[in-house]
Amino acid sequence: MSTPETPLLSARDLSVRFGGVLAVNKVSFDVQRGEVFTLIGPNGAGKTTVFNLISRIYTPTSGTIHFDGVELTACPPHEVARRGVARTFQNIELFEHASVLQNLLIGRHTHRKTGFWTDLFFTQAARQAAVQDRERVEHVIDFLDLQHHRDTMIAGLPYGVRKVVELARALCVEPRLLLLDEPSSGLNVEETEDMAYWIHDIRREFGITVLMVEHDMTLVSKVSDRVLAMNQGEVLAMGLPAEVQSHPGVIEAYLGSSQDLSSLRREAA
Amino acid sequence: MRFIFKTRYEQDIALAKHGGQRFWYGLLVLLLAAAPWLMSEYGLAQLTFVLIYGIVGLGLMLLAGFTGLFSIGHAAFLGVGAYTEAALVGIGVPFPIALACAMLISAAVGVIVGLPALRVKGMYLGISTMAFGFIVAEVFARWESVTGGNAGKHVKAPAIGGWQLDSGTEFYFLCLVLTILSTLGILNLLRSPTGRAFVAIRDSEISAQSMGIHLARYKTLSFAISAALAGLGGALYAHMIKFLSPEQFDIIQSIDLLLMVVIGGLGSVHGAFLGALFLIAMPQLINASKDFLPEVIGQAPGLKAAIYGLVLIAFVLFEPLGLYGRWLKIRTFFTIFPFYRKGMFKRQKSFQKSDRLR
Repeated sequence: MSTPETPLLSARDLSVRFGGVLAVNKVSFDVQRGEVFTLIGPNGAGKTTVFNLISRIYTPTSGTIHFDGVELTACPPHEVARRGVARTFQNIELFEHASVLQNLLIGRHTHRKTGFWTDLFFTQAARQAAVQDRERVEHVIDFLDLQHHRDTMIAGLPYGVRKVVELARALCVEPRLLLLDEPSSGLNVEETEDMAYWIHDIRREFGITVLMVEHDMTLVSKVSDRVLAMNQGEVLAMGLPAEVQSHPGVIEAYLGSSQDLSSLRREAA
Repeated sequence: MRFIFKTRYEQDIALAKHGGQRFWYGLLVLLLAAAPWLMSEYGLAQLTFVLIYGIVGLGLMLLAGFTGLFSIGHAAFLGVGAYTEAALVGIGVPFPIALACAMLISAAVGVIVGLPALRVKGMYLGISTMAFGFIVAEVFARWESVTGGNAGKHVKAPAIGGWQLDSGTEFYFLCLVLTILSTLGILNLLRSPTGRAFVAIRDSEISAQSMGIHLARYKTLSFAISAALAGLGGALYAHMIKFLSPEQFDIIQSIDLLLMVVIGGLGSVHGAFLGALFLIAMPQLINASKDFLPEVIGQAPGLKAAIYGLVLIAFVLFEPLGLYGRWLKIRTFFTIFPFYRKGMFKRQKSFQKSDRLR
């Protein structure tokens, strides 16, 4: 099933309905191995909902999601990480009253080798596993320059650093697909640039496929291979960043139609 | 000021982080071991109670302080442990086996009570555990063949083979050893993936789940461990107090237990023991102060409850981290003297927290 030619993630006719609201309507897309794929769209377009469908926080009303050829909608939410999908959240969901190091170690949960009883007695095996996990975590800390914050509590960290810690925690899962929900929101210009480099490096050094939601078009065109534009739960356009940006439907969704625009001009004149 | 130079990862998972800790905890264990010769019989009995409540507090701390699940029915687990022990020892089961059974049965009951925790949280969980507490208290009162009902039940002294632990000193050492073992167990869990999973559930269920943590399994596990420790504490309590009646395990006891971990300091192992110390010392202090208070106040019937209430309110308002939080501040003041600033422990208010995924 999992030949290199099949897409890593493939969503087919995804729909989800919350009461009377059709949040996502027949969305289909493929994410190829090793690419950076971005979802864009105005607020309320359903981008985050698509993310929540992939990480199984919501169950789709209809449609399928295949990850590496395996149906994802059939597996429980906590299994998604084990299959190799890690994510970050739009409004940072870190473990506030734990240190950065502990947060990253929790990211290693899917790789745990010990059970309850080994943990309770903290046997030699548990000790070794702890050191191995720590080594992997240190690798990520070095990669994202978090050495200074290693033992700081999350509650005491500035927003920009928390954003990086969340990325680090997702990397500790050692995923094959990384879902980034607005990685640059709330970051300043330099931090956004750092983020762009990191996304580049994540793909190059770790070979991780990235699926992200992003509003900052500079970042989007800098890092993504393909872009999918959504509006009102539907697919507007898909293609190279430049193509999608100049797509009339996308411009209309963001700015209103050109007719609106010319009528505005007439009124102004 | 101490600077710890780290050269190996093992240093971060060691129980004692530096020589100072080894010294002070060593001294504490030494003092506790010497307590029977340093204290009066009455003092030793009180210390035994502190240890017993400390064990129960450890369990509740794991549940409320580290997993974020509040139980207002914890006295029920204490009671299940106590009555199991009393019943088994009563029919001649050897003491260690009875103790293990008390823990196991309590844990099993904990798993059953933990089931609603998979669906409800916060106050609703508190209410459902409270309701459970009432049910269990009712069972204690009605199931007369086992519990002796409202008439109460006498508990035999613990015996291992032919050896009776009937003196206060022997029983104290039994409690001390069990306390140390429980504490080490909890500390081990907290420095391993299991404990981190609990903390993750406490701070953000949604992202714990995305990190691959099976919420239902770990919540149930937390309830089971917590109930097992309460059961162990209950079994020792039964031997200590020698006479059981249902009203010892009512809602007031549950609230006392919760009070203990909140005042001790949620989210710290020290807090369980500081809280236990508080819970045992407070009534004594109130009694002692009665003579110095005006008669109207000193002899008022609800004095103890009123003082408890005031203390709890004061802690929630001024020291949410409890006694252990206060101790941390004092220690920081001295370690970095004279650089302590007033706002050092001030929590940053966060406004970014989203309610969207809850």
